[in-house]
Amino acid sequence: MNKTLNQKAWFFVIPVLVLVAFNAIVPLMTVVNYSVQETFGNNQFFWSGLTWFQEILRSERFHASLQRQLIFTGSILAIEVPLGVMIALAMPRKGFWVSVCLVLMAMPLLIPWNVVGAMWNIFALPNIGLMGKMLNDWGFDYNYTRQVGDAWFTLILMDVWHWTSLVVLLAYAGLVSIPDAYYQAAKIDGASRWAVFRYIQLPKMKRVLTIAILLRFMDSFNIYTEPVVLTGGGPGNSTTLLSIDLVKIALGQFDLGPAAAMSLIYFLIILLLSWIFYTVMTRNEDQ
Amino acid sequence: MTLELRQVGKAIGPEVHIYPTDLLLEPGQFNILLGTTLSGKTTLMTLMAGLEKPTSGQIWFNGRDVTGEAVQKRNVSMVYQQFINYPNFDVYENIASPLRVARLPEDEIRKRVTHISELLRISQMLDRRPDELSGGQQQRCAMARALVKDSDLILLDEPLANLDFKLREELREELPRLFAERDCVVVYATTEPTEALLLGGATATLHEGRITDFGPTERVYREPVDLNTARVFSEPPMNLATVEISNGVCRLTETLSWPAPAILSDGKYTLGLRPHHVSPVQVQADWVPVESTIKVAELAGSESIIHFESYGNQWVSLVHGVHPFETGAAAVLYADMAHAFYFSPDGKLSAAPTVGYGRTKEGN
Repeated sequence: MNKTLNQKAWFFVIPVLVLVAFNAIVPLMTVVNYSVQETFGNNQFFWSGLTWFQEILRSERFHASLQRQLIFTGSILAIEVPLGVMIALAMPRKGFWVSVCLVLMAMPLLIPWNVVGAMWNIFALPNIGLMGKMLNDWGFDYNYTRQVGDAWFTLILMDVWHWTSLVVLLAYAGLVSIPDAYYQAAKIDGASRWAVFRYIQLPKMKRVLTIAILLRFMDSFNIYTEPVVLTGGGPGNSTTLLSIDLVKIALGQFDLGPAAAMSLIYFLIILLLSWIFYTVMTRNEDQ
Repeated sequence: MTLELRQVGKAIGPEVHIYPTDLLLEPGQFNILLGTTLSGKTTLMTLMAGLEKPTSGQIWFNGRDVTGEAVQKRNVSMVYQQFINYPNFDVYENIASPLRVARLPEDEIRKRVTHISELLRISQMLDRRPDELSGGQQQRCAMARALVKDSDLILLDEPLANLDFKLREELREELPRLFAERDCVVVYATTEPTEALLLGGATATLHEGRITDFGPTERVYREPVDLNTARVFSEPPMNLATVEISNGVCRLTETLSWPAPAILSDGKYTLGLRPHHVSPVQVQADWVPVESTIKVAELAGSESIIHFESYGNQWVSLVHGVHPFETGAAAVLYADMAHAFYFSPDGKLSAAPTVGYGRTKEGN
């Protein structure tokens, strides 16, 4: 049988290939390139193999930032997901207040990230900021620029304020897509409020919640702007998350090799954890 | 066991959904609510179930006023147009769920679930989850859940509407058997006249929030009390025209006339003719020829549905056999006026074709 070959199709694919090459493949390969070489800044490169990877994986500093990153992401997920679902459940299903609630919810998502950081930076200042001053007036010894606990508290509070809305909106979308008939059927059965949540709303929200958790996981693991503006990674290194550490190595110290190796490890960690999350959350779906 | 509505009405704000309604439903037969979409069938059912409170009137069950009593205390089951099951329970647990809420012992639950799943032919798939079943099986599961407890009132809200034709036929044939030995009031809402006729029992026709007629299904079909009832109970829609009767002759136009039923006095009437009483073939000599322009001729296998315009009226003919027509063609169709309904200008039935127009009420 003779197959008709139509080479024209390539012409349609080429623009996409070029685009992907320029915005993904080329930059990534540059990083790979840096990660296996040593440079002294005068555009001379020497092959160094896997040295940088070994160095990063063994470095105490990397372990510490990774640990901080995991604690940060873990805490905000543990707060934002249940809180988001609770707010979504409390929102009205129909009527005038729906749009008011939705706009209020979307508000934090519309604010530029560095503005969020700056807002909280001022809001929490212990001598003049609204929150910082009030806490101190009430007798709390609150100072996020000096005390580690306070810095973490402010950081997590800021992220919860900024991003819980995303979970709310997604969970709400899942909730309103449940037909009224389900609630009526549950009422006829005499199911309790908890049973309705556990056996109707939660299973029906499962898909959107999977997406919400994945998005929040990836975004919080990548977070840079807000903590940098808020605390700059301090006090000391106590809020230096992975991305902040990476920028310090790459731009502060101009260690291109180790920074490139760290970028790749960072990327692989996010990929791996996202994959684990997704697999665990969807494992029951196609048995 | 009876369900009685006394002047039950429902309004939301200024918008009236159900006008005050009286209805007495008996057990041992299908009580069919027939009406188009938005005619108020579902609202009426939620009122019957006690899911919503009527804004006026009372609901009596078995000689007891149950108006405003919570649905959980009323021993009601309902099946919906959408297939409503608990998404992460398997079929067995879904069917068992009402019994678990009622705290029945485990072996009693197993006995009942086994029995009802055999009745509905889903005993092979008790360990599957709803999303692994076909639409027909999902609806069987939902029905099993409704039937597994001994409800006093079972409401079926267009249960077959979302199924494809074959499954619908199959399940409809089984329905009478499922309810045969139950002592409960069964209410069945549908938009399809054919379904009402096949299920028999009693039919209430709903039109814009009002019950226009209620009685044995056959009677409502053969002698609908008014024009709205006749229109709700006809698919394709009933053919209508304004006619004038004088001196025993009924005229549609100057030239088109036929003998009027003897019991009708002179005056204007609305003529109603079911689509299967209009045909492109003249079978009997007394069928009246009407000149028409063909709009669309749909050939549905062994049936033809011919839409045409005649003397300014949009009419439909439903006939056996294949009758192809060109769109826009001029044609003569034949109307069997011996089967026509006549409605007075206020919409009440004046003459129905049953038994030679003999049994109609006087004075209309």
